[in-house]
Amino acid sequence: MISVIDVNKRFGEFRALDDVSLEVPDGSLTVLLGPSGSGKSTLLRVIAGLEPPDSGRIEIAGTDVTGVPPQRRDIGFVFQHYAAFRHMTVRSNVAFGLRIRRRPRDEVARRVDELLDVVGLSGYADRYPAQLSGGQRQRMALARALAVEPKVLLLDEPFGALDAKVRGELRAWLRRLHDEVGATTVLVTHDQDEAMEIADRVAVLHEGRVEQVDTPREVYQRPANAFVMGFVGPVTRVGNRLVRPHDVRVEAVPSEGALEAMVERVVHLGHRVRLQLALADGSDVSVLLTADEATALEAARGDIVWVTDVDPEAEPRTLAASGA
Amino acid sequence: MAAEATVVGREAAGALVPRRATRIGLRSVALLYLVVLLIVPVGLVFYRAFEPGLGALWSSITTPAAISAFWLTITVTAIAVPLNTVFGVITAIAIVRGRFRGRALLDALIDLPFAVSPVVVGLALVLVYARPGWFGKWFIAHGIPIIFATPGLVLATIFVSLPFVVREVAPVLRELGDESEQAAATLGAGPWQTFSRITLPALRWAIAYGVVLSLARAIGEFGAVSVVSGHIAGQTNTLTLLVEARLDNLDTAGAYAASALLAAIAIVALLAMTLLRPRRELR
Repeated sequence: MISVIDVNKRFGEFRALDDVSLEVPDGSLTVLLGPSGSGKSTLLRVIAGLEPPDSGRIEIAGTDVTGVPPQRRDIGFVFQHYAAFRHMTVRSNVAFGLRIRRRPRDEVARRVDELLDVVGLSGYADRYPAQLSGGQRQRMALARALAVEPKVLLLDEPFGALDAKVRGELRAWLRRLHDEVGATTVLVTHDQDEAMEIADRVAVLHEGRVEQVDTPREVYQRPANAFVMGFVGPVTRVGNRLVRPHDVRVEAVPSEGALEAMVERVVHLGHRVRLQLALADGSDVSVLLTADEATALEAARGDIVWVTDVDPEAEPRTLAASGA
Repeated sequence: MAAEATVVGREAAGALVPRRATRIGLRSVALLYLVVLLIVPVGLVFYRAFEPGLGALWSSITTPAAISAFWLTITVTAIAVPLNTVFGVITAIAIVRGRFRGRALLDALIDLPFAVSPVVVGLALVLVYARPGWFGKWFIAHGIPIIFATPGLVLATIFVSLPFVVREVAPVLRELGDESEQAAATLGAGPWQTFSRITLPALRWAIAYGVVLSLARAIGEFGAVSVVSGHIAGQTNTLTLLVEARLDNLDTAGAYAASALLAAIAIVALLAMTLLRPRRELR
């Protein structure tokens, strides 16, 4: 388990981490999710020992490692821009940690071959990083980090520099790898789809604070506040409530508590239909309906419809409560 | 649309790849420039040196004064260049990675030897280290003469060849960034292991190039060395000073021979570097 306890970090006037506490359970894949400047990368670097906290403590497997330099923390770290050792072959890159630890030559060779096989770079052992694609370089960096069998694997926007297709492939691959290897993993990203797809648990960061830590499903369905709700998925406003566009019910006849709205636009998105509505107070509501619902409603531009929030139990949804 | 795109495409291509005639013209100008300013004069020196015959050339560069000058140049270079290399790498790291007051000043000071005339450098050293100078009294009292002796020549050479390694290494270090060093640290490498296995190998070609430039400058330095040398034949004359001395004595053939030797050392250094450099990194 990784424990972050009351960590603060400033860069000049900028509060990168504001009294952050977080626990990462053994064997989990936890994603630190937040916009740029939210402190997520700083938090990861503090866990790694690459950045000293101003105050607070870091524990890994019950040991206080706050003052311990990165080389003695027993971690693996993967950087956004690979941080490949350019003057070394792929094989030497992957072997680096093992050679530093003076493992026997044949053990190093065996382990490196094994890892290159796992990351699908067996045929590339004698190439230099410059001769690999971005995706291959990142897989090499991952093999290099895993070679020393770290207790903790830390990944800082590992797919951020790759194109969308490779990113998607590597995401799925990393998730499978995690299930096989089982190292406690923390991954930083600003991409909520990536977080939802890959994580056991998501910690949402905002302005140096942890806003919520939960499963992807809970974070999406029961966001702790308006910021989390807006960051992890699309939102629209019905009266003074924030709602997911697919959680708005639209009917052709008035009902209890429903608000009157005029259809401004109907957009067909294949199996989904988006309605752009204007409420009586002039505010816009964006609604996602299934194709069947839309057909049943038969709404067209200029029609009057009635909208209600489907899930009034969900908390907290009011703008007043979140201060937004 | 299509026609417009074609026109734009042709213009863009024209900007990047000059037409055949322009290309040949550009090449000719560059080549002519090199031939007139570099190849003809240096070639002529070699031609003149070999003109009296191999035997005469050999005896001209094996006189006691010539051998002494040769070894003095080698000795001075062998002290100055390694010192400047070590100092240069350390300084480059301080300038690029350091977060201390006066970093910008240090950065600017490094270029001082480029800006100041070597003769002024020589005079400054005389002022400080000659008999009446600030440190001069102390050194002479302790039996270590600096001016008109080898230490003075070394100091002058260090001064004039100081910026080369720093100026070659600093930009490469900046471009390298510190992520690969951080990666090494997370993989268990201590600071020294990270430096020797990651930083230094990444800098090796920058260092090599800086060394070759320092070497060329150290071997060829004339002005600063001339002021502090005292021109004692067989003792404080380097190869460049020997060339001057022979010219003064109207021994032009001897001057050409010594010049050819100087040029040959520099060419060997350059060739060694070009051959050592693996093809992979030339791309």
